[in-house]
Amino acid sequence: MAFKLTELPKKDLPITSGHRVCAGCPEPMIIKQAILASKDPVVVGEATGCFEVSSCLFPYTSWNVNWYHNAFENAAAITSGMEAAYKALSKRGKVTEPINFIAFAGDGGTYDIGFQALSGAMERGHRMLYICMDNQAYMNTGIQRSGATPLGAWTTTCHVGKVQPGNVRASLRKDIVSIMAAHDIAYAAQASLSHWNDFMRKVEKALTYDGPSFITVLAPCPRGWRFPASETVSIAKLAVETGFWPLYEVDNGQWNVTFKPRELKPLEDFLKTQGRYAHLFKSEEGMQVIEHIKELLKYKLNYINHMADATKGCEMNIFGRCALPDID
Amino acid sequence: MARKNVGLTGDYAVAEAMRQIDPDVVAVYPITPQTLIVEKFGEFVADGIVHTEFVPVESEHSALSACCGSVAAGARTMTCTSSQGLALMHEILYIAAGNRHPIVMIDVNRALSAPINIHGDHSDTMGSRDAGWIHLYCFNGQEAYDSTIIATRIAENSKVYLPVIVGLDAFNISHNTERIELLDDNEVKDFVGEFNPPYSLLDLKYPVSVGAYCLPDYYIEARKNLQETIQNAKKVIVEIHEEYNKKFGRNIPAIMETYKMEDAEYAILAMSSITGVAMLAADELRSKGIKVGVIRLRLFRPFPAEELYGAISNLKGLAVVERADAYGGASAPIFSELSGACANKKKMPLMANYIIGLGGRDVKIKDMTNIFENLMVNVDKGEIKDLRQYIGVKG
Repeated sequence: MAFKLTELPKKDLPITSGHRVCAGCPEPMIIKQAILASKDPVVVGEATGCFEVSSCLFPYTSWNVNWYHNAFENAAAITSGMEAAYKALSKRGKVTEPINFIAFAGDGGTYDIGFQALSGAMERGHRMLYICMDNQAYMNTGIQRSGATPLGAWTTTCHVGKVQPGNVRASLRKDIVSIMAAHDIAYAAQASLSHWNDFMRKVEKALTYDGPSFITVLAPCPRGWRFPASETVSIAKLAVETGFWPLYEVDNGQWNVTFKPRELKPLEDFLKTQGRYAHLFKSEEGMQVIEHIKELLKYKLNYINHMADATKGCEMNIFGRCALPDID
Repeated sequence: MARKNVGLTGDYAVAEAMRQIDPDVVAVYPITPQTLIVEKFGEFVADGIVHTEFVPVESEHSALSACCGSVAAGARTMTCTSSQGLALMHEILYIAAGNRHPIVMIDVNRALSAPINIHGDHSDTMGSRDAGWIHLYCFNGQEAYDSTIIATRIAENSKVYLPVIVGLDAFNISHNTERIELLDDNEVKDFVGEFNPPYSLLDLKYPVSVGAYCLPDYYIEARKNLQETIQNAKKVIVEIHEEYNKKFGRNIPAIMETYKMEDAEYAILAMSSITGVAMLAADELRSKGIKVGVIRLRLFRPFPAEELYGAISNLKGLAVVERADAYGGASAPIFSELSGACANKKKMPLMANYIIGLGGRDVKIKDMTNIFENLMVNVDKGEIKDLRQYIGVKG
């Protein structure tokens, strides 16, 4: 179902203004888009990170919905505990209203330190949606490299120096959506806040499943990526249009490309907007890195397209679709 | 149903208590020698005997994290662990206490690596002693059973509302079969009552934000509040023990048990199962006319400074016998605590610290009589030369 932009502002917002994120921060946008896409009330579990420290500075809070923060690496675990409590208290008739559980975490809390807790929560089958606000580095601590930091990018722990051309790594980045899809969960997707309708539709779809789901959303960070605060959404859009951040989903076993640009824009159009890639344009070696990134992106796009073809018509019949056999 | 006497290991006795409490959520990760609890309780879950949502997580870190989420969502929540598992939970222990989450955790006290060792000592919980949890240590399987029930009431008491660790010794208690008197299921149900949390993440009418970021303008107030709360919890801990003892004809000390201390000149202070050995040693020396006694400390957090001082102030000598050490520290944890607690007291016995039974090394009556004798010799000389001694070490 498509969401109407004219209707959304009429809804109760899950967060108020007055939080303390940087100018141009995409995270409040992502959180509003995600929670507004839920038909039922949402309870949030959040990892330590930018939005956590900015949204709930004692004695103030920006959250209009129930919100819980515990630590950096355990957003998935705490949310799985909240969901278990919901199940237990439903059984005893102590809660009756439907609730959707959404965990929010950054890429550090998802790809790296929270990876194990995320994997565990996903395979156990909790009815929860995990959303990674993917700004591709540890922004809250000061722009350090994470497992999501792409090849060639500058961070404060993969500097550009005389012998190091920014981030050196095995691949373009860790393919978190494929890893989550490999848990055979009902729904995993990649989204961008620039394509808000696509993202909200993904959230809506994820929440229809009686099981775990995962979405990673590109979250361009003006401070960390080095671009003007006014450019957040347009840079997110360029990431999609250049093929840097393809929009796709793995829906109940079926891979779908959810937005296909008619023609991909040159990757340089995206890279040039950000200071984190500026060094690549200044040397022959840097230009070679850009070519390498292009090859890796091409490989990934082919991979996604191939998976879409290969899984056409697939339906895993997992959560919500198949009943347990009667063991009595 | 009525009360019944059964032969159970300490772990199974705890599992029976958990069955009777029927918590809403149990999130656990298996670790020897806690596994018998998890396995037995898992059977109750599989057979639908309990209503519990059982969350078999992928690590102890996630076990306690899931417990935090669960209890914040208004569910009665329990977990159990041991040794490395408790160490892996370390970060979240502080958060559970700081966020005031009344989780009950059974810890089967086991040695910490390295070298790796699965047997009993207190290094695990002593390593987590300052996290803000209430600590209760058990004498035997019966007390482990009773403590699990008592701890639920303590944790959830509105004046306390803090997490509680119940410690029972690895193998000596966890795996030894004893005669255990189980209460009637309804007696336990009535005693623990309903869990009535002051807020819940599932209460949509009154949204809450839990786990706020505190800058220097509030952090120290939050921590002082935690200190005052746990110190004040002692009164409630005593009251709940009294209520339990009276209702069920038990005699479980809330704070400590004293054995032949009335006229004692020398005493051993220890915790958990090894105090039984110390009591046998005291009997042996008493038969020779030597006035010795034993203090079994049950409540380690909040530390009962006044009560302990009252018990030791008339002694000539006190041996603090511990199954843990503080490496590089002046003395082992209980000795240090007690010294600090009595810092400004004028009338004090000479005190010596003995480390014993690390990594499950058997503690014999002879070891305890040796400690008494060593203490008496030193007191006679008027000086404790070796403040910390390891007992029963080869070579």
